[in-house]
Amino acid sequence: MVSATLCMNTEVSRGAVWLEGATRVLPLLIGVFPFALIAGSTAISVGLTPWEAIGFSLFIFAGASQLAALELMGSHAPIYVVIVTAWIINLRMLIYSAAMAPHFRHLTLRWRSLVAYLLTDQAFVLASLRFEDEPRAPHKRYYYLGAAMGLWITWQIGSALGIVLGARIPQDWSLDFAIPLTFIALMVPALKDRVAVAASLSAGLSVLLLAWMPMNLGFIAAIAVGVVVGLLVEGGRS
Amino acid sequence: MSTVHVWFVIGVVGLVTFLLRFAFIGLGDRLKEPEVLRRILRLVPPTVLTALVTSSLFLQEGKVPLTLRNPEYPAALIAGLVAWRTKNLLWTILSGMIALWLFRWL
Repeated sequence: MVSATLCMNTEVSRGAVWLEGATRVLPLLIGVFPFALIAGSTAISVGLTPWEAIGFSLFIFAGASQLAALELMGSHAPIYVVIVTAWIINLRMLIYSAAMAPHFRHLTLRWRSLVAYLLTDQAFVLASLRFEDEPRAPHKRYYYLGAAMGLWITWQIGSALGIVLGARIPQDWSLDFAIPLTFIALMVPALKDRVAVAASLSAGLSVLLLAWMPMNLGFIAAIAVGVVVGLLVEGGRS
Repeated sequence: MSTVHVWFVIGVVGLVTFLLRFAFIGLGDRLKEPEVLRRILRLVPPTVLTALVTSSLFLQEGKVPLTLRNPEYPAALIAGLVAWRTKNLLWTILSGMIALWLFRWL
């Protein structure tokens, strides 16, 4: 507390910014943890060894694609189908990478590699909402690191527990519902003006209308529709 | 699938996923940021979030199930109202979970 008071007039410390990110991420972990348990236990149930299962969470670290790859491997799909499917499901990371890049452009290659490795839906959302509020916020990397590390540690511990115990959290609790709830909690404040609302509504509608597209491609297409509509509304207004 | 194949999948998918994440962040100072890109990127968080919410609530295995008798829908609505009033993540998640348990029990 003393150091926080001392720093107040000059500059916020890195540790304080890190802690802010780590605190902001805590509620999101309620949804991430059961998802990680499922990822770990699914790897075992389709016949992977515990080390292979750990390899999945450690080297891929992207839940939806891990589950899709595991299910395909379990049904003996050809390897290239497994790889292409995971690639397409993770294509959205490209959008997140573009959105994060301006904030971290001056970092060293090592830092940027770390930022990239830790990039997830949740880390992207938390960071972009925070940086949008305050584009010149100090120590952005530590805010990101605090949030992303919380997600990473939860993912690894959750999958390890899933590997050892199987999915023991009772299904009745529906804890997986915490994931859409997380996205709702973050979506509502992001709808702050007419442009954002128009873009979001069209993206949401497009996700449903484009659900026929294979392998999650409808998701990417829907974001493109939303962004184009947003640009049009913005252009028409000015 | 043999052990070699499993590690091959882990290696290739891991590398491909990292490269997707690294694609723009890796450019660093070489990144050019024209005005139009800035306008596009500002629209990304709300559209991505709405797409995530919609697909996780209404899509099952790539299909839209035509039912309104899903307790998740009213629970999501309540969570949305709480999010709007409080702007608080924890309250939103807790109220949504409790509403879901309640609606399922009713």
